[in-house]
Amino acid sequence: MAESNRELLTRSIFKRNPIALLVLGICSALAVTGQMTTALVMSVCVTLVVAFSSLTISLVRYQIPASVRIGLQIIVIATLVILVDQILKAFFFGLSKQLSIYVGLIITNCIVMGRAEGFAMSNPPIASFVDGLGNGLGYGLVLLAVAFVRELFGSGSLFGYEILPLTTNGGWYLRNGMLVLPASAFFLIALIIWLLRAIDPSQEEKD
Amino acid sequence: MVEESPLRPFYTVLVLAFVCSALVAGAAVGLRPLQEANRRLDQQKHILFAAGLYREGGDVAAMFAPIETRVVELASGRFVPEEEVDPEGYRQLQAAYSDGRALAADQDPAKIRHLEKYSLVYLVKEGERTDQIILPVRGKGLWSTMYAYVALDGDLRTIRGVSFYEHGETPGLGGEVENRRWLEGFRGKEVYGQGGEVLLSVVQGGAGEGPDAVHQVDGISGATLTVKGVNNLLEFWFGEHGFRPFIDNLQRGGTSNG
Repeated sequence: MAESNRELLTRSIFKRNPIALLVLGICSALAVTGQMTTALVMSVCVTLVVAFSSLTISLVRYQIPASVRIGLQIIVIATLVILVDQILKAFFFGLSKQLSIYVGLIITNCIVMGRAEGFAMSNPPIASFVDGLGNGLGYGLVLLAVAFVRELFGSGSLFGYEILPLTTNGGWYLRNGMLVLPASAFFLIALIIWLLRAIDPSQEEKD
Repeated sequence: MVEESPLRPFYTVLVLAFVCSALVAGAAVGLRPLQEANRRLDQQKHILFAAGLYREGGDVAAMFAPIETRVVELASGRFVPEEEVDPEGYRQLQAAYSDGRALAADQDPAKIRHLEKYSLVYLVKEGERTDQIILPVRGKGLWSTMYAYVALDGDLRTIRGVSFYEHGETPGLGGEVENRRWLEGFRGKEVYGQGGEVLLSVVQGGAGEGPDAVHQVDGISGATLTVKGVNNLLEFWFGEHGFRPFIDNLQRGGTSNG
């Protein structure tokens, strides 16, 4: 591959952001962005899973028969996700309770599978690992941006610390009920996509 | 990609599946004690919350130590001796399905479907006197089954506190059942009316004044159906199929450690 590792890492964060450009992984971006903490943990989990699944698949890519490659990728991904889930339950119980089923749903996060099939199957291990890391970080960046707005204006706090005292807790800030609901993330992600494409017109789709 | 012989996909999949299942099984078995301990601590924390004994940052296990865990037979309301059912190892929710009975729809306002024979109760003692009794309750809200602990004063009428520890209601709306400020509203409310009927309820639009106010808790706006679930579970668990026989038993002074 011509691209350097640095290039691989950064291009997925802005130029080829998996959510903003490829519009992958939207489902979890809606679900876990109500709070910064859950968004951060989810980002870390997805980054780990996508990086290590790309690494593993790239390592054994010469052994994988084409006819069963999707199934094998899913097995590797599912194994990593279950490991992450078990570790969360053992060491970060409070967080795993908040993320509930969404950790398990990383298996179906299209980014992981997309990178495995689209990149790791045809690239060397280190490059695949870095590519996975970059995609995870790009995903995390969008997640945190959405969560920042949703938690600040929906719940009046950031990482659980009260910034705008809510009327329900005796303060002055009347929360924005829409931002608490997952669907509001659609609007925010759309705005982010708009912003990125305004900065970099090459991301625009051609008619 | 590789040159394919017909058998190759089979053994690649076999080898990979074996390695992966070994990893998953290893993690599940190796980490289970830690996970169990976490779950237990979390529940103990909520029991302490309900009882109003939780202090932020304190050691949960140490705070929980003076609380006595007992097993009660729901139908008769008697204490079950430790030799019969060990409170340490008793898994109440599993028992509802393995050893419990199915509830008919008209007996089951909380929509729990299966009711266990025995329930755990937690006693806070002050010397010989029982100061608080903490009861585990559950029931269907709008989306999910909600699990909570209710702390009842030693007089067996007055609520000391409530704590929801697991639910899947909409965050910000029904999810506000775990809002501590709202739960404060339960403190000091009375469960039973003069005739012994369950009057405790959450009222949407604000608790009224007058004689009924002592049974009413302010509702949560935007969470009408969740609140309905809370009312249903209170009605069920303080009723005849829930803890009513146990409470009656205690009232008659039947605290013999039978």
